[in-house]
Amino acid sequence: MGKTKVKKMLFILSKATIDSVYAAFIMANGARMEGIDADIFFTFFGLEAIQKKKLAHLKQPTVGNPAMHMPTLLGGLPGMEALATKMMLKEMEKLDMPPVGEFLEILSDSGCGLYACKLAVDMFHLEEKDLIDDIDGVLTIGDFYNQADVDGTQIVFI
Amino acid sequence: MENIKRNDEGYLTDFSQWTKDVALEIAKEEEIEMTDRHWEVLTYLQDKYQKEEALSIRGIKKSGVISIKEFYNLFPGGPLKKSTKIAGIPKPKSCI
Repeated sequence: MGKTKVKKMLFILSKATIDSVYAAFIMANGARMEGIDADIFFTFFGLEAIQKKKLAHLKQPTVGNPAMHMPTLLGGLPGMEALATKMMLKEMEKLDMPPVGEFLEILSDSGCGLYACKLAVDMFHLEEKDLIDDIDGVLTIGDFYNQADVDGTQIVFI
Repeated sequence: MENIKRNDEGYLTDFSQWTKDVALEIAKEEEIEMTDRHWEVLTYLQDKYQKEEALSIRGIKKSGVISIKEFYNLFPGGPLKKSTKIAGIPKPKSCI
């Protein structure tokens, strides 16, 4: 490891938009590549990223984001979200960024812990069979804080 | 080792200076004990470098040479950084 004082990164992913999910995945993978421990705790809408049936269909919203440079009314038209999503995924593929499912495999193989939030799992009436097999467990937020067991741990909410 | 040109981070700046002995020295600095599997990985990395193909963890997964799990086991604490250093090639610039 280099000069960094960061020893462990704990990410809480609460959203299922493509930009949020990839931010968490890239930072978690980047941490592992630097020899830093990393875990991701999927909560609320973030759970979509570890649901077998949903993870391949995440979207990039076109409404409510000024950086999209698109009038809200236009962004709300049918098909706009699908178009924006398609364009974004195409650009990411050019940079050799893996799709969500493959990225989760890479993270799991790299030793990044993948955890589902118990409260959110209950709230959305999910069962273990709905989630990917690589999941390391279903935790309460208290359990998750207990993962912050070394000096130099950082918790990031996305 | 004195004549081997390396940058601030310890990477060779001239791949032509790389030898197995140089690799063994750098591996020792990184506290890695080289096995046949380590050498196989180095050969793969050097091959990619010479073909000017970018290295990434996704590429390792697809390589057919080694799985990501084994890669992390062989070069603990930053596998791509350490393996490229021992292989005598530049540190990969990719974020993935």
